[in-house]
Amino acid sequence: MFTAILTVILIVGGTALLAWPLGKYMAALFSGRFAAADGIFTRAVGGAPAQDWKQYSLALIAFNALMFVFVFAMLALQHALPLNPDGQGPASLDLVFNTASSFTTNTNLQHYSGESTWSYLAQLGGLMWLQFVSAATGIAALAALARGIGEQASMGNFFLDLQRASFCVLLPLAIIVACFIALRGVPMTFDGAATVTTLEGAVQTIARGPAAAFVAIKQLGTNGGGFFGPNSTHPLENADFWTNCFQMVSLIIIPMACVWMFGRMIGRIKHAGVVFGVMAVLLLVKMTAAIGFETAPTQAFADLPVAQDVGNLEGKELRLGATTGPLWAVLTTSTSNGSVGAMHDSLNPLTGLVPMAGMWLNETFGGVGVGMINMFLYIMVAVFVAGMMVGRTPEYLGHRVEGREMRLAVLALISHPVLILGGTALFAATAWGAGTLNNAGAHGFSEILYEFSSAAANNGSGFEGLGDNTVPWNIATGLVMLIGRYLPIIVPLAIVGSLMAKRRSAESAGTLSVEGGTFGVMLFITILIFGALTFFPAAALGPVAEHLTLMR
Amino acid sequence: MQSASLFERALVVPAMRDAVFKLDPRTMVRNPVMFTTAVVATVATVILVRNLSAGTGDPLFEGQLVFWLWLTVLFGNFAEALAEGRGKAQAQSLRQTKDQLVALRIGRNGATEQIPATQLRFGDLVLVCEGQQIPADGEVVAGVASVNEAAITGESAPVIREAGGDRSAVTAGTTVISDEIRVKVTAEPGSGFLDRMIALVEGASRQKTPNEIALTILLTGLTLIFLVAVGTLPAFAAYAGGSIAVPVLIALFVALIPTTISGLLSAIGIAGMDRLIRFNVLAKSGRAVEAAGDIGTLLLDKTGTITIGDRQASEFVPLPGVAEADLVAAARLSSLADTTPEGRSIVALAGGGEDLPANAEPVPFSAQTRVSGIDLPERIIRKGAVDAVLKLGAHPEAAVADLRRITDRIAQAGGTPLAVVENDRLLGAIHLKDVIKAGIRERFVELRRMGIRTVMITGDNPLTAAAIAAEAGVDDFLAEATPEDKLAYIRKEQAEGKLVAMCGDGTNDAPALAQSDVGVAMNTGTQAAREAGNMVDLDSDPTKLIEVVGIGKQLLMTRGSLTTFSIANDVAKYFAILPAILVVLYPALGALNVMGLSSPSSAILSAIIFNAIIIPLLVPLALQGVRYRPMPAASQLLRNLAIYGAGGVIAPFIGIKLIDIAVAALGLA
Repeated sequence: MFTAILTVILIVGGTALLAWPLGKYMAALFSGRFAAADGIFTRAVGGAPAQDWKQYSLALIAFNALMFVFVFAMLALQHALPLNPDGQGPASLDLVFNTASSFTTNTNLQHYSGESTWSYLAQLGGLMWLQFVSAATGIAALAALARGIGEQASMGNFFLDLQRASFCVLLPLAIIVACFIALRGVPMTFDGAATVTTLEGAVQTIARGPAAAFVAIKQLGTNGGGFFGPNSTHPLENADFWTNCFQMVSLIIIPMACVWMFGRMIGRIKHAGVVFGVMAVLLLVKMTAAIGFETAPTQAFADLPVAQDVGNLEGKELRLGATTGPLWAVLTTSTSNGSVGAMHDSLNPLTGLVPMAGMWLNETFGGVGVGMINMFLYIMVAVFVAGMMVGRTPEYLGHRVEGREMRLAVLALISHPVLILGGTALFAATAWGAGTLNNAGAHGFSEILYEFSSAAANNGSGFEGLGDNTVPWNIATGLVMLIGRYLPIIVPLAIVGSLMAKRRSAESAGTLSVEGGTFGVMLFITILIFGALTFFPAAALGPVAEHLTLMR
Repeated sequence: MQSASLFERALVVPAMRDAVFKLDPRTMVRNPVMFTTAVVATVATVILVRNLSAGTGDPLFEGQLVFWLWLTVLFGNFAEALAEGRGKAQAQSLRQTKDQLVALRIGRNGATEQIPATQLRFGDLVLVCEGQQIPADGEVVAGVASVNEAAITGESAPVIREAGGDRSAVTAGTTVISDEIRVKVTAEPGSGFLDRMIALVEGASRQKTPNEIALTILLTGLTLIFLVAVGTLPAFAAYAGGSIAVPVLIALFVALIPTTISGLLSAIGIAGMDRLIRFNVLAKSGRAVEAAGDIGTLLLDKTGTITIGDRQASEFVPLPGVAEADLVAAARLSSLADTTPEGRSIVALAGGGEDLPANAEPVPFSAQTRVSGIDLPERIIRKGAVDAVLKLGAHPEAAVADLRRITDRIAQAGGTPLAVVENDRLLGAIHLKDVIKAGIRERFVELRRMGIRTVMITGDNPLTAAAIAAEAGVDDFLAEATPEDKLAYIRKEQAEGKLVAMCGDGTNDAPALAQSDVGVAMNTGTQAAREAGNMVDLDSDPTKLIEVVGIGKQLLMTRGSLTTFSIANDVAKYFAILPAILVVLYPALGALNVMGLSSPSSAILSAIIFNAIIIPLLVPLALQGVRYRPMPAASQLLRNLAIYGAGGVIAPFIGIKLIDIAVAALGLA
């Protein structure tokens, strides 16, 4: 237990410390403090004019659509393109659609095993490229949002922001992380699979490739898509204890820094502190729950003569220690990362509920940029109700929150449960889902529920135990990822566009302060009520039913 | 205006009838959540009838469900009808007043004819004699009369109405009790003050405020979310190899959607306006009431609001070489016949004493000389404004300089100096002090804690104004204020993003009243002022501005608190209904029945009964408003969150358990 607590403190606390200077740097970067670097780009493309929310959103959508088409083509034609030493053949078009959607939307839901499906070109030129620009899209959108709230005349320029996020944030950090993990043993090679003779004398083919580069941006950009099928449980993707720790840090550092970047850009560092605090409390609650539930032995071994004094070891990478499994599961689903460090399917039932809850809320730091944007939607609802409770028509930082803002916020917040519960209902009741399960009963239900939660939250982790490379799964989750990505990015920009047009009111002791602990409590409750209550019936029928049934 | 007690029989019975009339879908659709409830209640009814005719299902259980679902809808309608009913009773009496009015119209030739007041047009001249009611809103063009305005204000003390100046406006329905006046009609039929008041108290012209619209959207959104949460359950159940009956799903849905706040929402709005009306302030729109809660700057007139209208003598300051006793004696003598509060205060300060000597000849104050005093044999004493007194005769330069020094010092201290002279000999000055109203300083401290700046408006010179402002504790003051100054000040505050409230009565206040976010016009004021403001204070009491802010805040707090309460209730309702529904799919889920409810059907029924009866239980709170005490926003939030948030989570656990015990004991399920 002591080591578990120490690990949590070192990883989460250490990352929180590192996030502070990074957030400061990012705020300066997106406020145009590095004019020389910006100048290179603006001269190269012939200017970066200021955009309003519509132009910014349009640029964002157009760029992402173009990237989608580009990668779709590259994946579909991989067999005819170079850098394919293992001679991967053509993939089915529904898988190509799903994969292109998955990586364009920063989800990285993988209905395949990378090493046996895609060529090196497809992985590096298509998927890894998207891991950079999809992450950069999220950060850019947050920068635009912050500019609008921070009373600037325009939202900035999408392409300039994209360039800043890619080249000045993600790329340098990715190089550092890639070098470190490559030094610890993660392969970085363009040679094809190695064929070796094992100690037993058998001949084994070991897939390898340029994994270190892929893994670095996978973690930093809250992408989560692994180079190898088993993701970060694979020794060649996650070599030892130190790469494990380093990956967990890089998994959460940019989402944490985004909160400080937002706070600095709107000039409200205390407000950002409250938001950070709420996120941190949610994170700690989930970690405590997950590690607590996972120290219980798995019920599957209950009747076997097996000593179970170290908790549930099923599905864990023992090289990395038993507590890092649930810890990783919480981190990866709190952020919209989705890489895995243990098999979520094998977690104890209630532990399995924790990652799902993380994806339902989707803003415990959340995806790079978008986590804070999701939080903004909850903030809108919280200030609306809290504003009335202090006897004023609600305002957020002096911007009056009225019908139009509520309509948009509610639209974005509803879309999440609609996608998850609607999709789950459709697949649970039909052979599309029920026919692809490895497990019956409540656990099978959890597998379907998890898959749609992961797609809608743009998380990308899999509960697994699901034969998900089928046409219905590929199409349905592909669509869910696209809607679940762009609606919650565009709608907040529209809200801020609407707020920007209003006369700003002054703050006083009588206005609702968003900088105190009381507001933090209000925000916390709003998140639980709006984010979690909706999923209560589904949770009851999945993990809770499984747990209670096993406990009998 | 008299207030009716909350659950008076005369109000409750018609409200119950109206609750049924309000089932009209065209009315219901204005409230999407309650409309949805009515729709699913209809579906449940159809299913009940079908099951009854087919002899399937559990008619006792389903019948009770349908009953309580409809009751939920009716309770919501009842809350609204009850809130409206209070206004309707008042409107009825106002309408009677209006219908009885007759006018003596003065024709071109000067002759009068008697016609019904409804035939009066803009610009007509009418004669109103003693004992008659004024037939239409208008302006006095000739004469002066004392008017009883009790019909409008409930205040029976008569007020003076006269041609010219700021007291020329008269209102239809008020009664002339002495003299006679000629009135020029300034309102077309149907658009007079009385008509507007009827519409306001009746709630006929009530439109949803922007905040109500936004809240309705949020509540509708929540309804949609729970529609998804409940609508997907049959598919989940099918996966688990079971099914859930539709009436039960409907019960869960209705329990989860925010029926409590939706049922009370319009009642809260109407009651907020009604609170103002009972406070004798008429708001022209609900929006104005909400804006009152947002006020950041209050412009208050000094006289009557911050200071009591009359000044009080506080000190006698003799000139050098004059015995103080001489000055005191002279001042006392000169004031014995002066019955104004100022005069009386001088006598009191001088220590009272004997009455006016028999041979004295009082000289009353006149606007020409601006002095008053007394003539005795050998002694002529005068007191008055310094310049006026000095004009009475020539004085040695040194004495004048000394007097000036004294009077300047008094002015700097916020007082008004009165010079006293006896037989051409300057004696000194009386320090008349503005008296700050008791408790007003504390009110300003409260307002400051609420984040509201107070600004004192006065015609005094800056020196005096600064001294009074400091003593009263206002945040800023506007001295020698002209109407243009006020307008400029309001614009400046608004440019800084503050909402400004002020009150005024004169025609020259109209632009500032129109510019301010909350402009309270005094009922004694001119027609122009009353048109420009968005509230009219029937008592013409400028102090009320402070309470108006409180009422606006209370309205929004009630709305926010009940929303929180309503949503927080969902936790307990989930724990009541979900295990009851899901236990057939996974028996182990019975463990979620943390309240230990006696049976699945009793659990569902108890939750839906709680959901219904909580609406009438909260009607008093909705109509009276949550308790409001001035405090900073952060403490306010914490307090309401603790009461209505935490209370909203806990209360239904207790309530549902108690109902379950009763339901089980009565054998209803």
